[in-house]
Amino acid sequence: MNPNVPVPHDIPVPHDIPLPMPAPEPVLVAVLIVFFLMHIAFVNFMVGGALLSFIYEARGLKQKRYDRLAYEIASTITANKSIAVVLGVGPLLAINTLYTVYFYTANALTGALWVSIIPLVVIAFVLTYIHKYLWHRMEGMKALHLAISGVACLLFLFIPLIFLTNINLMLFPEKWGTVHGFLSALALPNVLPRYAHFVLACPAMVGLFLVWLFRRRSDAEIADTGFSRAELIRLGYRWAFWPTMAQFLVGPVALFTLPHTSGSQAGAFGLFGLSILVSLALCVVMIREIRGPDGAIGRMFGLAASLMLVVVVLMGAGRHLYREAAVSEHREMVRAKTLEYARKAEEARRQAASATAAAVK
Amino acid sequence: MDFPVFHLDILGNRGLIATIAILHVLINHGLAVGLMPLVAAMEWYGHKRGDARWDKLAYRILFFAFLITTTVGALTGVGIWLSVSLVNPYSIASLIRVFFWAWFVEWLVFITEVCLILAYTLTWKKWATGAAKVRHIRLGFALAFFSWVTMAIIVSILGFMMDPGNWLSQHTLWSGFTNPVYLPQLAFRTPLAAAMAGVIAMFLVPFFVKRDDPFRATALRAIAVWTLVAAPLVLAGGLWYYAVVPEAMRDNFGVALASLQFAEWQQKFLEIAVVTVVAILAVVQWAITRPQLLPRVVLIVPFVAILWMTGHFERVREFVRKPYVIGSYMYANGFRVDDYALLQRDGVLAYATYSNPLTDAEKAGLPEGLAAPERAALLTRIQAGKDVFMNTCSRCHTGHGVNSITGHLQRMFGDQPWRSELTAGYIENMHEAQPFMPPFPGTARELELMGAYLEHLQHNAAPIPGAQQAGVVVITPTLRAALTGAPPLTQASATPLTRETSTR
Repeated sequence: MNPNVPVPHDIPVPHDIPLPMPAPEPVLVAVLIVFFLMHIAFVNFMVGGALLSFIYEARGLKQKRYDRLAYEIASTITANKSIAVVLGVGPLLAINTLYTVYFYTANALTGALWVSIIPLVVIAFVLTYIHKYLWHRMEGMKALHLAISGVACLLFLFIPLIFLTNINLMLFPEKWGTVHGFLSALALPNVLPRYAHFVLACPAMVGLFLVWLFRRRSDAEIADTGFSRAELIRLGYRWAFWPTMAQFLVGPVALFTLPHTSGSQAGAFGLFGLSILVSLALCVVMIREIRGPDGAIGRMFGLAASLMLVVVVLMGAGRHLYREAAVSEHREMVRAKTLEYARKAEEARRQAASATAAAVK
Repeated sequence: MDFPVFHLDILGNRGLIATIAILHVLINHGLAVGLMPLVAAMEWYGHKRGDARWDKLAYRILFFAFLITTTVGALTGVGIWLSVSLVNPYSIASLIRVFFWAWFVEWLVFITEVCLILAYTLTWKKWATGAAKVRHIRLGFALAFFSWVTMAIIVSILGFMMDPGNWLSQHTLWSGFTNPVYLPQLAFRTPLAAAMAGVIAMFLVPFFVKRDDPFRATALRAIAVWTLVAAPLVLAGGLWYYAVVPEAMRDNFGVALASLQFAEWQQKFLEIAVVTVVAILAVVQWAITRPQLLPRVVLIVPFVAILWMTGHFERVREFVRKPYVIGSYMYANGFRVDDYALLQRDGVLAYATYSNPLTDAEKAGLPEGLAAPERAALLTRIQAGKDVFMNTCSRCHTGHGVNSITGHLQRMFGDQPWRSELTAGYIENMHEAQPFMPPFPGTARELELMGAYLEHLQHNAAPIPGAQQAGVVVITPTLRAALTGAPPLTQASATPLTRETSTR
C-alpha cells in the first residue's frame, strides 16, 4: 500500500474519547469474541426454536403429535431467549469499548431502528410468553395462537437484521456521509448475504440443540410426545444437516461479496476456508447419524457438537480479522487525530491560563 | 461534534432516555431488588408455618414479576445503553472507559441473577417438599442477594456522574467507584426498593386472593408491616443522600423538581411530595390495623404514588447534576471542561467532523425578495448556525418540541424579532444567571451564527431532523472554510491527510 496516497476528504476521521483503554486490547477482543459466540448461539436457539415451533404447530393441525412437539420446542424458547439477552450485554460492552467511534457512529446513523430494538424485542418476548403459557387455554383458538407465533417469528427474524446492518455500517467510514437512515445502510453490499448466512444458521443450531434435548429426556417424556427417541433425534439432525448444506452456497456468496478493505483479508479468508472444511466433516458425521440404525443414533452427537463448535469459533475469529482489516488503518488515523486534539487542547488551556494570570496582574 | 448527531425534535433526546430509564428503575427496584427478598420471605414463612396459602401467593407474585422483569425489565436495562449511546455518546463512552470492569462484574452478577430467577421460577412446583423446598427457599434468597448486588454496582456509576470525587485527580477505577455519593445513594435506594416492592405486592394481593378469603387480610397486613419497616430507612437514607449532594448542585433543586418556568413551585412540589408520602403511609397503616375493611381501589393510591415519586426522584437526580453530565469533567452538552479553552479560542466548527444538512422544509421562511447570492449566503450562515446549535445545544434542547429553544426564546423575547445580537448576547452570559446551563463552548462568531439560525427558527417551525433521518455531511476543508467564513485554520488542516501524515 502506498503511504503517500491521500485519504479522500470525504472520509471522516473523528477523534476518539481521550481516556485510556480499561484493559489490554487482547483481553477486550477475547471478551468480545468469546461472549459474542455464546450470545449468538443462544440467539440461534431462540430464533430457530421459534421458527420450528411455528412450523410444527401448523403441521400439528392435522397430526396432533406435531402439536405436542411444537409445544416441547416452544417451552425451550423462553429460557433460551433470556440467556441470549444477558449474554449479549458483555459483547456489547466490549464493542462499545474497542470500537467506540465506529459503533456509535453506526448507531446514530440508524438511530430510529437501533433504539426500536428495545420495544421490538419486548413485544417478541411477550408474544413468546403468551404463546407458551396460554398454549393449552388457546386450544380452541388455534389460528390466533399460530398468528401470535408467526408475528413473534417475524420479529425474531427482523431484529438481527438491525444489528447486522449496524455491525456492517461501522466497518466502512467512507459510507458514513452517504447513509440516510436504516434502509440505505441496509442496502450496503454484503448485508443481505450475511443475513441469509445467519438465518440458515438458526435451524441448524437449533437442530443440534434438539438432538441434545431429546437424547437426555426420560423415556416417559419421550413417550408423551408420540414420537420415538430415534425419530426425534433424526428430526433434529435433519434440521441441522440441510441448512448447513445450503450454507456451502450462501457462505461463499457472503464471503466473496465482502467489500474491499484497506488491510489484508488473507487471515480472515484462511479461517473461513478452514471452517468450510470442518463443516464438510460435520456434514459427513450428521449424514452417518441420520442414515444409521435407530439404536445407534445420537452416539456421535459429541463429535458433531464439537465440530460445530470449531466451525463457530473459526467463523467468529475470521469475522474479527475481517473487521480489523477494515478498520485498522482508519483507527490509526483516529488515534493520531485524538493525540493531536489533546495536544491542542492542552496548549489552549495553558494559553488561557497565562492570559488570565496576565489579566490579574 | 465527532459523532453524527442523533436527534428527536418532538420528544427530545432526554425524553427518550428518561422514558426508558425510569421504566427500568421502577421495574428493577419494585419487581426485582425489593420484591425478590419479599417473595423469598413469604415462601419461607409459609414453609415454616406449614401454610400453603403463603406459598401460592408468593408464587403468583413471583410469576408476575418474572414475566415483567425478563421482558420489559431486562430490555429497558439494555435500552439505557442503546439510548445513551445515541443521545450522549461522549459521556457513556467515557464512563465505560472508567467503569469497564465494574460493568463487567455487574454483567456476571446479572447473568447469575437471570439464571437464578429462571431456576427459582421454573423449579417452584418441582422442589415443593422436604429438603428440596429448603433448597428452593435458599435459591430465593440467593436471587434476592444477586439482584441487590447488580443495583449496588450500578449505583456507584450514578454517584460518580454526580460527583467523581478523587477520580478527577487519580483517574483510577477504585477512586471513581468509591465516590462520595455512592454509599448514601445505596443506603437510600435499598429501602426504597423494599418499600416499593411492598406497595406493589399489596396492590397485587387482591388480584390473587379472593375477597371472601380471610387470608387476604392476613397477607395485606404482613406486607404492610414490611413496607412500614422500610419507610423510616428510606427517610434516613434520603437525608444522608441529600447531605452529600454537592453544594452547587443543591442550588438547582428548585428547577430540577419541576422545570425552569416553575422554579418557584419548589415549595408546592415539596408539599405534594409530603402529601404523597403521608397518603402511602396512611394506606399502609390502614392495611395493618383494618385490612379486612380496605377496599381494593384504595390500594391504587400508594401504588401510583410511589411510582410517581420514584420517577420524579430520578428526574431530580438527573437534573441536579447540571451543568455537568459527569461532575466537573464533562458538561451536559458532551464537551469536556478541559476542551473549553480550545473550543472558545478556535471554535466548535473548527473541529467538527460532520455537518447536519438543512432539509428543504428547514430552508423555508427566508426573507422575501433576496437575490440568489444573498439567499445562498444567508443559507450558509443558517447552516453554520444550525451546526453550532446541533453540537452545543441539541443534547438537551429541541427546536420546537419538549424543552425547545424556540419556547425559551418566545418566553423571553416574545414576538419581537429574535435578532442575532439579542439572542447571542443572552446566551453568552446565560450560565452566570442560570448555573445549571453550561457556558457556551464556541467563539463569538459562532454565537453570532447561531443567533442567525435562531432568528430563522422564529419563522420556520419545521422539525429538526437528526442524523438518523437526514444523514450527515462530512466536513471537508472547503466546507469548513465556508461554514466558519474563514480560511482553513492551519496549513496542516488544508492539506489532504495522507496515510503517512496521519500516523506521524
